[in-house]
Amino acid sequence: MSDAERPTEGGTGDDFEPIQVFPEAEEMDLRPGADNCYKCSTCDTNCPVAEVDDEFPGPKFQGPEQWRLKRQDDHDVDDSVMKCSNCMRCDSACPSDVPLSQMHNTARGEYVDERMDTFSREYVRNRILANYRRLAPLGSMFPRTTNFVMGLSATQWLGEKLLGITSEREFPSFATETFREWWDKRGGAAASRKRAQEARERRGGDATSKLRAEDPRARRDQDSSASRGGTSDRTEPKRIAYFHGCYSNYNTPEVAKSLVRVYEHFGYEIVVPDQHCSGTPMFANGMIDDARRSAETNVRELAAALEDGADIVASCSSCSMSLRQEYPELFDLAGIEDVAANTWDAVEYLRVHEDLEAELEGSTVEDDLSFAYHAPCHARNQGLDGQTIELLSRIDGVEAHDVGDSCSGISGTYGWKAENYDTSMKIGAEMFEHMADANADTGLTECPTCSMQMEHGTGYEITHTLEVLDAALVGTETEGRTQ
Amino acid sequence: MAIEDDVLVIGGGLAGATAALAAADQGGRVRLVSAKQSTLRHASGLIDVLGYTPSGEGPLSDPFAAIPDLPRGHPYERVGPDAVHEALDFFDAIAGDAYAGAGTESNALVMTFGGTVKPTARYPTATAAGLASDDRDALLVGFETLPDFDAPLSAAHLESAGVPFAVRGVTVRFPGLARDDAKLTRYAHLLDRDERVSAAGGSGAREALAATVEPHVAGASRVGFPAVLGDERADEVRADLADRLGAEVFEVPMGPPSLPGVRLEELLYDALSDAGVRVTTGVPVVDYEPDAEGAGRIDRVVVDRNGTDVPHRADQYVLATGGLVGKGVRSDRERVFEPIFDCHVPHPADRYDWFVDDAFGDQPYAKFGLPVDRDLRPLDATGDPEFANLRAAGAIVGGYDFAAEKSGAGVSLATGSVAGRGAGAEVNDR
Ligand SMILES: Cc1cc2nc3c(=O)[nH]c(=O)nc-3n(C[C@H](O)[C@H](O)[C@H](O)COP(=O)(O)OP(=O)(O)OC[C@H]3O[C@@H](n4cnc5c(N)ncnc54)[C@H](O)[C@@H]3O)c2cc1C
Ligand code: SF4
Ligand code: SF4
Repeated sequence: MSDAERPTEGGTGDDFEPIQVFPEAEEMDLRPGADNCYKCSTCDTNCPVAEVDDEFPGPKFQGPEQWRLKRQDDHDVDDSVMKCSNCMRCDSACPSDVPLSQMHNTARGEYVDERMDTFSREYVRNRILANYRRLAPLGSMFPRTTNFVMGLSATQWLGEKLLGITSEREFPSFATETFREWWDKRGGAAASRKRAQEARERRGGDATSKLRAEDPRARRDQDSSASRGGTSDRTEPKRIAYFHGCYSNYNTPEVAKSLVRVYEHFGYEIVVPDQHCSGTPMFANGMIDDARRSAETNVRELAAALEDGADIVASCSSCSMSLRQEYPELFDLAGIEDVAANTWDAVEYLRVHEDLEAELEGSTVEDDLSFAYHAPCHARNQGLDGQTIELLSRIDGVEAHDVGDSCSGISGTYGWKAENYDTSMKIGAEMFEHMADANADTGLTECPTCSMQMEHGTGYEITHTLEVLDAALVGTETEGRTQ
Repeated sequence: MAIEDDVLVIGGGLAGATAALAAADQGGRVRLVSAKQSTLRHASGLIDVLGYTPSGEGPLSDPFAAIPDLPRGHPYERVGPDAVHEALDFFDAIAGDAYAGAGTESNALVMTFGGTVKPTARYPTATAAGLASDDRDALLVGFETLPDFDAPLSAAHLESAGVPFAVRGVTVRFPGLARDDAKLTRYAHLLDRDERVSAAGGSGAREALAATVEPHVAGASRVGFPAVLGDERADEVRADLADRLGAEVFEVPMGPPSLPGVRLEELLYDALSDAGVRVTTGVPVVDYEPDAEGAGRIDRVVVDRNGTDVPHRADQYVLATGGLVGKGVRSDRERVFEPIFDCHVPHPADRYDWFVDDAFGDQPYAKFGLPVDRDLRPLDATGDPEFANLRAAGAIVGGYDFAAEKSGAGVSLATGSVAGRGAGAEVNDR
């Protein structure tokens, strides 16, 4: 383990016990929200689980009906809440603003706390899956050994028998060097500051301003950019705090490295604050206490970065979703609203703060590429569903086909559970078919678990949008792509 | 900087989607932003133009004959009868084979799940064999687990309404469903994928359903089911069932939630994607900033992405956020208002005048909405346009009661295409 990692791996967050000013999230009263429901069932027609699994009563029951029952008498939370995959599709469907996913998260937390036996196989398994970040460092200490052992069919068989983790899937392999190790070796924030400054000087005069002048839209914007602060001053330091999450640290550091290169290309210096898991897998497993502990560290560190003038960006759509929506819905921590309001999806941020489209216009990649793109549910919920296709269409030689709006079916840890595997693959069937029809070279998405499902269901290799932007904007310009 | 487009349409229901398609037809770059799902998921999927006059005469067989007599301020009066024709042509081109009735002026009469007959201008192909003007004998099949459609009762209603054919109804159990309150999408999925259903010895859902219904067909030449017959592969499901039953198969449009409405939504969103419209869903427009130079223009609107404000700018805007159900118009105890631009919504000062006691009476609130000029620009209290670059379309437009007139989809198509075309043309003029 490198020095750079120690602070986050150590106990700083875990034994940090803030004063509880507000009541526990589990005691949150969502019953009034249930009254907004006018029973239109729009949520039910959007639920991917209810479509393939008879046993699941659907979001309307899970949310407003259950909360209404709870008001009438002290009704226990129904165990079917554990079948909800937390895709949050119902949330963005409801025309009446019923806080469905908040209801599900809270009910799940209550169910796990009150009704689940902490010695049960299911609880232990869920806790392990939810706390991937705690195991990942072990895996990445000896990545080759771990990858070998996890790939053994005996291990997978044991996983299924002992823990109920499906043996149908292959465990994601660990990178031989984590992102944070790479970042540290590269010189951390100091090196980034230097590179960013160089980029700003390089960009200061010509390259982009010429591009912008050619685009009437860009011109229109430049006229008024003073009013927004916007991109007017090209030599001012610009800073972002990167929330990389677990997966791009331990498993796909290429994504994180691409983010670094793309942001530095635009003249941003990057800081990489200490961080824990975003909490997404914990919400989905009703481990609200674990999630709160992680949130305490994340909010503290990210709020400090905001103080230092950085905006927060994330490369994983579930991480940004969690920081933006679930944090303020579920926890009351100092600075949490501020963190939520200043967290961005990494691509969206550039879209709004730079003229990313103009910059991509006419750029090229080494070899022509076609992608089968799946928008993750959690990106959809943030209004990011069309973004990738819009941007990639600007790059010469890149073709991206949207494979439709169905859910991939894996929903984080959900599809890893032996009892959900079939449901997960049934939900994914539509996406698999559309991916096959797209006849592309590579699959594309912004969610790590969607990418596992896409690969598993189709055999496509999967990449991340930031990697494509990196190839188009930076290419081999400064750092070797192998780094 | 803001996210930039030529035309920004706010609201993704039938009106917004139509406006975006019409604007894209003019060549500009168009974006559609929609917060939540629209009332298409509640609606029957039928395209009603005008079934009854505002004074309740009908059912009308020729809606176009009644349009010239509509009161001043009615959306059809605003855009004119030609625009309504053009809007239907526009829809016919988008819908292609998925809808029937294309090119006709007169209303068709469709059987509904309540056993009534409804006048409508266009209807899904899945419903085509279910016209009430058709004289072939019919069997209606209901499912025990979908009590909203009581087939024997509906059949009895139809017979007593004097339809020109014999109609019977039967209730059966849908094979292979484990729970009584399974979602409509579950029925559709079983049939779409022809999943094995355990109840019937491992045969596929289509075969099992046909086997259950077959003994009841007894010479009927068409069989109507509640509208759950498949989703992506609905045509294939119907054809397969028809083959096995030896009779034509049709769907009876249902109340909310509605799969034909979902299918129409899918059709529109596919068309948007084909037309290159940029679609952003799941996030609301919450505010706007006026142009700094005054001139009564909107400079940009603010989209709330889960707490982060993201500016979006366009040259022209179309407001299609729906009526009281779609949340385009809201009310509190004091007033009725339009929440994004605070456009003027005329309404009586006393909230007790918003309703009349008779639940089936002519409800004032049903007509609440924005007054517009003939270009569909919302008007302020003095009758001047609120903004030079804002148009309105769909249920947010005032002056009509879509539920009473049966004019919901028609008004959305007509106002959507006029507003979208106008917005797109104005971009080109600049
Ligand atoms: C129960 C019911 C049954 C119906 N049945 C029929 C029928 O049988 N036949 C028929 O012809 N018509 C029917 N209609 C009418 C028809 O479905 C539509 O109401 C009509 O076409 C109006 O559509 P619209 O696009 O204007 O609004 P809506 O469908 O209401 O869509 C408005 C959209 O705007 C979005 N929105 C709202 N506020 C914002 C914001 N701030 N930012 C971004 N987006 C926003 C909403 O989320 C929604 O997606 C029915 C309507 C209802 C409610
Ligand atoms: S979509 Fe919203 S209002 Fe409709 S049934 Fe679901 S929770 Fe209730
Ligand atoms: S979060 Fe997804 S799986 Fe859970 S109830 Fe909502 S739509 Fe269904």
